[in-house]
Order: sequence, then structure tokens, then C-alpha cells
Amino acid sequence: MQNNMSYSQAFLTVLLRDLHVAVRHRSDIFNPLLFFVLVIILFPLAIGPEPQTLSRIASGIIWVAALLSSMLSLERLFKADHLDGSLEQMLLSPHPLTLLVLAKVFAHWLLTGVPLILIAPLLAVLLHLDDQSYQALLMTLALGTPILSLLGAIGAALTVGLPKGGVLLSLLILPLYIPVLIFSTSAIDAASMNLAYTGQLAIIGAMLITSLILAPFAIGASLRVSTN
Amino acid sequence: MWKWLHSYADPQRAYRLSSTLLPWFSYLAFAFIAIGTVWGLLFAPSDYQQGDSYRIIFIHVPAASMSMTAYIAMASASFIGMVWQIKSADWVAASIAPVGAVMTFIALITGAAWGKPMWGTWWVWDARLTSELVLLFLYLGVISLYASFEDKVLAARAAGILAIVGVVNIPIIKYSVEWWSSLHQPSTIKIIEESTMSSDMLYPLLINIVGFGLLLGAITLLRFRTEILARNSMRSWVRELAQIEGAK
Repeated sequence: MQNNMSYSQAFLTVLLRDLHVAVRHRSDIFNPLLFFVLVIILFPLAIGPEPQTLSRIASGIIWVAALLSSMLSLERLFKADHLDGSLEQMLLSPHPLTLLVLAKVFAHWLLTGVPLILIAPLLAVLLHLDDQSYQALLMTLALGTPILSLLGAIGAALTVGLPKGGVLLSLLILPLYIPVLIFSTSAIDAASMNLAYTGQLAIIGAMLITSLILAPFAIGASLRVSTN
Repeated sequence: MWKWLHSYADPQRAYRLSSTLLPWFSYLAFAFIAIGTVWGLLFAPSDYQQGDSYRIIFIHVPAASMSMTAYIAMASASFIGMVWQIKSADWVAASIAPVGAVMTFIALITGAAWGKPMWGTWWVWDARLTSELVLLFLYLGVISLYASFEDKVLAARAAGILAIVGVVNIPIIKYSVEWWSSLHQPSTIKIIEESTMSSDMLYPLLINIVGFGLLLGAITLLRFRTEILARNSMRSWVRELAQIEGAK
């Protein structure tokens, strides 16, 4: 039966399975989101409520919180599948591992990236983000969060077999996140000064395409190492 | 040629070869660094703008260029180990990583010490400095990933994947001073064109770069030998070697 499955069917099967699993463990969706909100709320309390200061650092805070919350959810990306053995079944299946991995990463983005994009404008209001920056914020998040999922999945795949992978994961992944962070926040800053930010968006887009093509191979190779 | 190379994948031959090479690398490294440093610090003319404080260049630039060279060497070794399944290449990668991390650290520290009198600050967040800092974290990531696996064959594979992914950072460091406006000066040593540096400053710098390269090689060889012995401790030739050493 498995052999007759087309690539798109296999992709959909893994995607839907991951979404089903997540819907049944709702905390997996809500905890990173709550974390995202809480981290952002901490900043006005710590730095002070002056609107000028907050609107200056809003883009940076939102992006750093996005990085951290994506890290938090990545740890569980392959963990449960590794523990119950379904990851090994995936490795043994006749379908290309890159495809299945891509489906898992896509599911991860739908579950953590998309809610984050939806809730970010609301938090931007709390941080007094400049009116002209909202579009830039949403576009950088839309282009940038898939990169976070793709790159993060490499780290998650490398550390899935380790008992204390969580701390290591942040050491492996955060340096790779830095370019996304730099270009996203510089795009939002440019937008707040009414400057063009298409250049930064183009670079983030290029990073997205490159990681979309290459990351699945790295994730697949890492999973084969980790489940060995 | 490939046959000739393959024979050095055998741990015992690799061990013997690195033992033969080690003194050459160490003595030459010592000689080059001694000549380059003494020439640079005592005899090279002082800069018309920066005075004598530019002299830290003779440590800073060699360390920085070796930090990138070591990373490329590590990633290439990991790649060879992964594609051709040569374990010695994995051990080479594992031996280079800490040396490269220290080179990166030296480059960052000397850069900060140079930045203080010249730019008036220890640190600025511009592209060259930030990407070099990222390089340090990449090294630390590779080292700690390698350390956290019990099975060193798997450890080398995992660390190798990370090292290869991190290669993206190398062109960013190299060209950061050209792509972004930066406080950091653009490179003065050119391979194809003529260098934009007076030759009595350039020669000691080049000597020191070669010296740091040899030093990198020497420490890597030393670590590589240890790595071979550690990974092959159950082999009879290692036991014999240990007995001979123990009898002394």
C-alpha cells in the first residue's frame, strides 16, 4: 500500500498527522505562543513604559522573542517521534526522507510560525511600534519564521538522540539565526524611517529559498546520525 | 594518486606520518613567529596615523585569517569524512575545532585591544566583528556537539553536519568589510593585486601569517595524534606503543 503512495500524498499524510498530534496536545501550540507574549510583556516592565524608547526597540524585542519561542518549540519537533519509534519508521519508509522532513517542518511552521505572525501586530501595539512599520514587521515575520523552522530543525535533528539536548540546541541554532534577525530588524527600522526595505526583504527571501532547498538534506542526514 | 592517499586513512600510518611531520611544523612555526613578531614589533616602521599601536596587527591579522582557514579546513575534513567514510578525516576535524576556536578568540581579543585606542571603544556591533563572534559560537557549537555524543563516530558525523552548515558564515566574514560600511578597515593584503601596505610592514605580517598557519598545523597534529590513540586504544599497535612508552 505504502509503495503506491505518491510524493504529495506522503507529504500530506505526514503533515496532517503532525497537525492532528498537535491539536490533541494543545499545549504544544499554546506554550511557545504564551512564552512569546510573556517575553514581550517583560520588556516594557523592565525598561520602562516610555513610548519613544519602546517604539525604538519594538522590532528587536518582537524578533528576539520570536527566535526564543521558536527554539522552545523546536526541542519537541522530533523528540516524541524519536521516543515512540515513528521517526525510525519514517527513515525506513520508501519515500525520500527530505520530503517527509519538509512536511514535518512545514507543520511546525504552521503550528508555531503562523500563530506568531497573527499575534505579533497586537503585541506591536503594546510596544508602540511606528504605524508605517507594521507591514514590514508582518512581511519579515512571514518570510523569516519559515527560515527559523528550517534551520532550527537541523539543530533539533542533531540533538534529538541526546538526553540533554535543549541547552545544546540553543548554542547550535542561535548563531545561525543571527542573519535573519539582523536583516529583519534592519528592514523594520528602515520602514520606520519611511525608507525602502525591499533590499532586506529580498535577502531574507533568498535565505528562505536557500534554506528551503538545502536544509531538508541536512535535517535528513542529521536524523540518520541521531537515530543510529 | 587516490590509492596513495587512501593508505594514510589507516590510523597507524596516519599516526606515524603525523609524528614525522610534527617536529617540522613546530620548529618552523616557532622560527617564523619569532622572526615575524620580533621584526614586526621592534624593527618595522611605525604607522604615520596610528603610531605604534598598529603593531598588534602582527598578532591580530594572522589569528583572524587562521580562524577562517581552520574553519574551512575543519569543514573540508568533515566533508571528506562524511562522503568517503574516512574516520581519520573525522578525527582531523575534531582536532582542529578547539584550535580554531582559540584563534578566533585571540582575533577578537586583540581586535578589541586595538579598537580601544583607534576607535575609542572595545567593541562595535558591525558586520566584521559580529560575524567573527558568530564564528566563535559556531566553533563552540561544533566542539560541544562532538563532546555530547558517547559514540564518537556519530559525534563526528553530527558535528560535521553542523560544521558544513556553518561554512555559510565564512564568505560573510571575508567580505563583510566590502558589503557593509564598517569601522573595520578593508583588507590591505591582496593576493592578485599589489597590497596596499608598505613592504617593510607587509613582510613581517606575511611571515607571521605563515607562522600562525604552521602553529595551527602543529597543534592540530598534536591533537590528531592524541585523538588517534584515544579512538584506537583497543588496537594492538596502540597497546604496544603504550608499553614501550611506559617502560621508559
